[in-house]
Amino acid sequence: MSQPAYARELNLMPCHTCAQICRRDEHRCPRCNGTVHARKHNSIARTWALLLAALILYIPANLLPVMRTNMLGNASDNTIMSGVIEFWKSGSWDIAALIFFASIVVPCMKFLILGLLLVTCQRKSRWAMRERSRLYRMVELVGYWSMLDVLVVALVAALVQFRSLSSIDPMLGIVFFGLVVVLTMLAAMSFDPRLIWDAEVEDV
Amino acid sequence: MSDRHVSTDSPAAKPSIKTRRFNVPLVWIVPIVAALVGASMLINNALSAGPQISISFQTAEGLEANKTQVKYKNVVIGKVTAIALSSDRSHVVAKVDLDASERAFTDENSMFWVVRPRIGANGISGVDTLLSGAFIGADAGSSGKTSKNFVGQETPPPITYGEQGKRFTLHTTDLGSLDIGSPIYYRRIQVGQVVSYQLSEDGKGVDVEIFVRSPNDRFVSTDTRFWNASGIDLTVGANGLKVNTQSLSTILSGGIAFVEPKYSPNTQPATEHARFELFGDQEAALAQPDGEPRYIRMNFNQSLRGLEVNAPVEFMGVNIGHVVSVDLDYDTKTMTFPSTVGAVIYPNRLGHANETLLKDQGSEDEKSMARLMATFVEHGLRAQARSANLLTGQLYISLSFIPKATPTPFDLAARPLVIPTVPGSLDKVQGQLEGLVDKISKLPLEDIAKNLNGSLSEMQKTLKQVNGEVLPQMNGALAQTQKTLDTVNSSFAEDSPARQQISNAMDEVQRTARSVRVLSDFLSRNPEALIRGRTAQGKPDSYKASIHSSRDIEPEIQP
Repeated sequence: MSQPAYARELNLMPCHTCAQICRRDEHRCPRCNGTVHARKHNSIARTWALLLAALILYIPANLLPVMRTNMLGNASDNTIMSGVIEFWKSGSWDIAALIFFASIVVPCMKFLILGLLLVTCQRKSRWAMRERSRLYRMVELVGYWSMLDVLVVALVAALVQFRSLSSIDPMLGIVFFGLVVVLTMLAAMSFDPRLIWDAEVEDV
Repeated sequence: MSDRHVSTDSPAAKPSIKTRRFNVPLVWIVPIVAALVGASMLINNALSAGPQISISFQTAEGLEANKTQVKYKNVVIGKVTAIALSSDRSHVVAKVDLDASERAFTDENSMFWVVRPRIGANGISGVDTLLSGAFIGADAGSSGKTSKNFVGQETPPPITYGEQGKRFTLHTTDLGSLDIGSPIYYRRIQVGQVVSYQLSEDGKGVDVEIFVRSPNDRFVSTDTRFWNASGIDLTVGANGLKVNTQSLSTILSGGIAFVEPKYSPNTQPATEHARFELFGDQEAALAQPDGEPRYIRMNFNQSLRGLEVNAPVEFMGVNIGHVVSVDLDYDTKTMTFPSTVGAVIYPNRLGHANETLLKDQGSEDEKSMARLMATFVEHGLRAQARSANLLTGQLYISLSFIPKATPTPFDLAARPLVIPTVPGSLDKVQGQLEGLVDKISKLPLEDIAKNLNGSLSEMQKTLKQVNGEVLPQMNGALAQTQKTLDTVNSSFAEDSPARQQISNAMDEVQRTARSVRVLSDFLSRNPEALIRGRTAQGKPDSYKASIHSSRDIEPEIQP
């Protein structure tokens, strides 16, 4: 094997914080005193837990209205999907597509990708490892963009307050949606991408 | 797997290795909490999901699925979730999700209506819906039975169930200008409104349902009289012009007023749904009830121009009914066109007289009435078409006893009763006038005129003579007179000899008178002088000494 040796073979492991190479039997980094693990601690279980929590919260986030538009005494509640449909119907298909992408597509994609990564890692599958790591990077990158919806609601609710003429108020749904986004981001963070490659080592 | 090097059951593990007490990572609390929150939301949602009802309307105008709200007293109690046409396309059905706490609105008697901007005589309502869009108004029922399908009201109900008050039914011959929502007035204060109206079951009238709000509903008693207060009541009487109206809105949209008669002993508050008669005006409402109407017929052998339907029928000056028909008939025997007048009379309007008569008769049916009429006719009861107004020539029917009426047979069995007639007072006058005119036309007016003409020409001649002959002579005489007067005038002028002479003559007379007085004085003193003549002592000069004042005597006596 012309490749350099694995850290595990040399009985070494990196510190999470300062990347100092520590000995395997050490549990604290001699440099920064941070806890060291060979892999992120309990990564798969944590990711699963967070992912499942996000998935559960995603249901009320979509069913409950995210904001209440009060135009001249005519109040109407909008869920994420009904907002998208309304925008689409009123002709602003671009905004509808943007909201649809940020609020529906991205979270769903995250669920799918993280689920896929977790399952393949648990099964120590060696299938398309490079592509899977690329997917992981994409999930991490795209993570905060899901917050778009929360930001829109927060901005609009703060701006549109004209007493009885018209006002927009955030509803409970947006809280759940925000939690979903945060939880998926945490799930993506707690996943250790090195686990993808561990399958290769064990098998070899 | 990643924790295989920190397994707790490894005896070789160093003491420095951090171990956890539970094998299950703490992170699983997160999804459990999430699941709990989600489940609680679901349960809450399921519990708060209220009943779903469907309401049918004539039109879905202003309604929008997922937008239109259902409100009770402006509190949102539900939302329209879907609107669809009914299967036969005759109406629309709106599906409404009510809030869980509003189960009262699924009561069978609940009412639903669409609140839209409406402009009526009583004002404008629902202006706020112009901007916010229509909503469905609701009113909870109280029957206790629930229903899922409702028929929406097309107009907002004027009275909502929560309001305290009583409902009454008024019966009238026609609706007039009344409408749902027309106000009810008691002493010109609005106390209620018309709730609904419908034709009575036999179709011969209208039943108007009214609602009088509490606490004023206690003023409606069993003896209360209702009348239609719509429009303006204009009366021209001895006191001048009188305009009477309840309020401006009754002129436009009609209204009902009620009051109880001033004298109404032992009245009790009317019960809910009590029935009343709705009169045309206040006068009729406050009048004694008319009681059973009776029909009579009269045949007049005269033109009845001016007699109209509704003209009064009077008995001894009391209005006891009105004319209902005036028709022309043809009598084949006499070849005349008599007028047949039908009238309705109310014996109750006779008041005391009627009571006494009834007591006399014993019963109040059609037959006894006929018998009574027969006796009256025997005693001279006749109908007359009299003139009510000489200017307009309006007639009324007067029933009165004519002292020397020619006896007429009375048919007891005829229905309606036929009352014999006599020509009206105006007809009599007309006849007399005609006779007078005839007499005048018989006078030899032409001869009289001729004679008069002759006399006049004679007179003219005489006058001409007077003018031509007498007047010139008269002129001459007048001139003569003038002359005479002139002469007289000149003769009496200051410097005329006649006057001079007269003045002299007067002096002479004066002197004569004096000498006579002197003589008489002398004689009274010396009466003997008559016989002896004047003596020395008895000379008039001896007297002279006593009258110094007289100077004129001296020259007389001197010679």
